[in-house]
Amino acid sequence: MGLLDKQIDSGGVVITTAENVLNWARLSSMWPMGFGLACCAIEMMATMASNYDLDRFGIIPRPSPRQSDVMIVAGTVTFKMAERVKRLYQQMPEPRYVLSMGSCSNSGGPYWQHGYHVVKSVSRIIPVDVYVPGCPPRPEALIGGLMLLQEKIRKEKFGVKHEAV
Amino acid sequence: MPSFDETLSRLQTELAGRILKTDLHRGETTLFLDKKDLVSVCQTLKSGYGFNFLADVLGTDRFTDDDRYEVVYHLRNFSESGFLRLVVRVDEADLTVDSVCGVWKTANWEEREVFDMYGIRFNNHPDLRRMYMPQDFAYHPLRKEFPLIGIEGSIPLPAKE
Ligand code: SF4
Repeated sequence: MGLLDKQIDSGGVVITTAENVLNWARLSSMWPMGFGLACCAIEMMATMASNYDLDRFGIIPRPSPRQSDVMIVAGTVTFKMAERVKRLYQQMPEPRYVLSMGSCSNSGGPYWQHGYHVVKSVSRIIPVDVYVPGCPPRPEALIGGLMLLQEKIRKEKFGVKHEAV
Repeated sequence: MPSFDETLSRLQTELAGRILKTDLHRGETTLFLDKKDLVSVCQTLKSGYGFNFLADVLGTDRFTDDDRYEVVYHLRNFSESGFLRLVVRVDEADLTVDSVCGVWKTANWEEREVFDMYGIRFNNHPDLRRMYMPQDFAYHPLRKEFPLIGIEGSIPLPAKE
């Protein structure tokens, strides 16, 4: 937004498209839902805390799905939890995004072969925008994933429903 | 203050009639009990020997023909820093044990876990529901014959959004 700053400095008039402004507003305040499922959630909390400070990106955890834009699926999705995850997703207002954090929610992770209770990838129940690999991913990786999501939002077209896998 | 060793030897002589076998391994004492004596022994241990804390209840599947399952109780005596383990064996023909919830309330969830994982029922338990698995789940996952990868379709997955 270098252009924007310059324009504001010299006269206070900005000309842009509505699409740009909306996307810029959305990607600058991606509020994730404050919930975690397993060990990855610890790393997510560390990312939100002062050392890595997600507030810098306008990412502030919200206590309710109704106020959230992003769902960070941080941890093992068990079959028992699967229904709850889906319901939480349905309670989020659109546009909504999903970031799958860690091997467990990407693919079942350590429970891929021997886990009678684990869903082998959260994408079997809800659409996912960004996958972050790792067990657990470091905070840098999570931040990288969130920035990738920002780039995705930046390219969104007005009136076109966003696609996830 | 009497030392815990004295307490141990005192309880072993006083309860001798109700102890099937005693095992000492790396400084930890294990008492094997008949399951019909379990609750009365636990009451005596709590009131007379200072075992005021039930640290854990767990099950094991030994996969033997008789007395296939075990229920294990870990007790602590805080004032003398003592530890004691109780073991009762449960045969497949009669998968029930009396609940010790009346002695230590903390047994409530622990026994529910054992019930969930092994299918051992606890008599007189106030609320014997599954602890981890969905209520309508039909199996007991820590039994040896249960496949590690699970049973296809035993837990329904919600349809994709
Ligand atoms: S991916 Fe690894 S760290 Fe993350 S929830 Fe699974 S086991 Fe835990």
